[in-house]
Amino acid sequence: MNVSEKITIPVRDCEFPQPFPGGLEYNAPARGMWNIVHTGMLLPEAHQIYVCARGCLRGVILTAAEMNAMDRMSWVSIEENDFFDSSMEENVVEGVTDILNKLPRKPPVVLVFLSCIQLFAGIDFPSCLAELKSRFPDIEFVDCYMNPTMRKSGLTPDQLMRKQLYLLLKAEKELEKKSINLLGSDFAADRSSELFKWFDENGILCREITRCRTYEEYLEMGKSSLNMTWIPQAVAGAEELCRRLGQKHLHLPICYGEEEIDRNYASLAEALALPVPDFSAEKEFAENALKKTLQKIGGTPLFLDYTATPRILSLARRLLETGFNVKRIYADVFIPGDKEDLEVLKKYFPAVEITPTLDVNMRFAAPEERNKNALSIGQKAAFFTGTPHFVDLVWGRGFFGHSGVAAIAGLIEDAWENPKDICEVISHKGWGCESCL
Amino acid sequence: MRIVSSVISVHSSDTAGVNSALYELGGMCVVHDASGCNSTYTTHDEPRWYHQPGRTYISALTENDVIMGNDERFIDNVVKSAANFPRCRFIAICGSPLPVMVGTDFDALGREIEFRTRIPVLALHTNGMRSYLAGVNEALIAFAERFCDDNVKKCSRRVNVLGATPLDFSVNGSIGSICRWLEEKNFAVNSVWSMNSSFEQLVQAGNAEVNLVISSAALKLAEYMEKRFQIPFVAGVPVGKRFADHCAEALKKVCQNGVSQKTAVDLRTPGKKACVIGETLWSSSLACALEMDLKLETRVLDPLEEEFAFTREGDLHVPDENAVEKAFAESEIIFADPLYKPVVPAGGRFCAIPHEAFSGRCFRKNMKDLCCKNLEKEFNIC
Repeated sequence: MNVSEKITIPVRDCEFPQPFPGGLEYNAPARGMWNIVHTGMLLPEAHQIYVCARGCLRGVILTAAEMNAMDRMSWVSIEENDFFDSSMEENVVEGVTDILNKLPRKPPVVLVFLSCIQLFAGIDFPSCLAELKSRFPDIEFVDCYMNPTMRKSGLTPDQLMRKQLYLLLKAEKELEKKSINLLGSDFAADRSSELFKWFDENGILCREITRCRTYEEYLEMGKSSLNMTWIPQAVAGAEELCRRLGQKHLHLPICYGEEEIDRNYASLAEALALPVPDFSAEKEFAENALKKTLQKIGGTPLFLDYTATPRILSLARRLLETGFNVKRIYADVFIPGDKEDLEVLKKYFPAVEITPTLDVNMRFAAPEERNKNALSIGQKAAFFTGTPHFVDLVWGRGFFGHSGVAAIAGLIEDAWENPKDICEVISHKGWGCESCL
Repeated sequence: MRIVSSVISVHSSDTAGVNSALYELGGMCVVHDASGCNSTYTTHDEPRWYHQPGRTYISALTENDVIMGNDERFIDNVVKSAANFPRCRFIAICGSPLPVMVGTDFDALGREIEFRTRIPVLALHTNGMRSYLAGVNEALIAFAERFCDDNVKKCSRRVNVLGATPLDFSVNGSIGSICRWLEEKNFAVNSVWSMNSSFEQLVQAGNAEVNLVISSAALKLAEYMEKRFQIPFVAGVPVGKRFADHCAEALKKVCQNGVSQKTAVDLRTPGKKACVIGETLWSSSLACALEMDLKLETRVLDPLEEEFAFTREGDLHVPDENAVEKAFAESEIIFADPLYKPVVPAGGRFCAIPHEAFSGRCFRKNMKDLCCKNLEKEFNIC
């Protein structure tokens, strides 16, 4: 029995939402998932300033360095005595001031990030930003947070980042009825999907921060009447905009089952006061794409992990229901949206294995598990299984709806035919971002 | 002191130093910090993480643990995890900003964990706010104090190499080159602290006749070993041709007279024609080599320490970006990590020397192994 088999459980024994006890944590070297730096860089022309301890700075600064974006990143280092001499606020204000005075061009927006320790010590962040605003009236300052110790005390840093990202959108006198926003996604939506064809047919304009090139374009998002979110981490931000700008919000979770996709479209049509679209051709195309892929890879064992998509159980269920041999899912916790899929897996596919990625033993799993004849979906699954046949899918990319299912089927087929260098691919930090590596 | 940077990078922290120094020694290292914070170390500070298994973990600290003083969760998780590793040589625990701020007693945690596991525990006192040098230094000394054998048999011409971590030397073959160079000079490598050597080799470090210090992070370890085992040391990284020869001569001389020497400092005459920025022992060694091989009077810019152990009059402590920029402007040729390039003045000649502890893996493919190398070829300076 290899290492991960010892800590793997069948899905039938899985408790919701946390199938494994917490403990010390291992970190697998799969770097495609985005962090707050990548997400913050989506705000066009924004400059990020981190005021943190050296150890906390290192990860974010080098994230920017690797994506060749050091010209949009600055920092102020704090030291132990800063907490005992009442200089916390002064350090933020004077440090940010020094940086802004040095920049060759003043940015329209500055994202100021503080870390756990200042927040824990009760820093007066609003007064810092108020002082900065009085010194730099032409710059918008946004309070941002790198506070992972507080991830169980409210919004996680990831949710907070996706909320603060839209803080500068301003209330418009009149909202555009035929304009909507897609909020909170790291990746631009796949515009070849049936959703966008339907938008085009009905004259709907869909704005995304991922497609904004200037700060002005970003501000245009304030004009949209409806905010659509696909990932649960974006919901808090969208709800905040409802309250503040009067925009509506509709959460259409990324999913892979035909019925749920159809439900999403029905909800969207209702929100836009349009007839429910007929996507039966696209649905059939997706189903055929899956069958064709299944024919090609046959009973090849599939290993999936939670970094591939926010709805990994939904994807696993669709694949299993089509006849794929999903052997294992690497996941540490489940989200509320997983509950229904988990129940279905328990009932109809009880032997599917669930393996944690953070467990200390997983450090030694990878070298033991070279399973070159498997196929994996997601970077962590690729690392743990060691198969060069893997789908480099991170957080769902921009796939949605039936066409998203078909696209993933195509990627599976491609992964089967074209092996990849695991180390090279998964070492790239922030999928889709520029990299100096 | 507030350190501000508008565009340059930041050095690795003390927690990275601890993990890096102890990585290959068969123990388990636990940083008391939030979930995910270990990805900084495993991505940017640890080139061995993908291919060479190590046991570095994070405690997944939460705000509630801090507020409630829930040290028991930390202790319990470390104890449970250690039970998975029957051959675990030791457990190292170290802190990050938040536990340090609330006064977590790592010594007490260490005693409790050791009592429950019967595994030796090194309780280290990092705070995530100092540089990696402090972490490497504390980890190596703690290891030596706890594990080095007093029952030693001095062996002639055996050398311990002190201060080898990927943070300073990456994994580009530099440490192998240093060991080969020692063997060519008729020395035998007793142990390397701490790359490519086993726990057992380090335990027997007292057998050596002389120590070669190759990072300022190991100076205190060298002084400690001198006191405890009467092993004198030579401080210098054998870069370039002539300086490497001087280091070899110094090792022979120290074996004879037992008087330690900081070769990299003693042989230099700082000038401003060129400058080298980085960890001071490596930078001083390169400055010596540039002077000897290329006739370049060079001064050392120290962005990390304030102890000036390996700097001379004329060298400069440059704690922040403004100081670096000002110092760069006074030299014609700048030897520095590429992430310093944005503050190199127009017209300044830049020679890239990637340093893992500054730019992480950004330029790992271009990390130079300058041990005993012809610097004229490496830098093409006329």
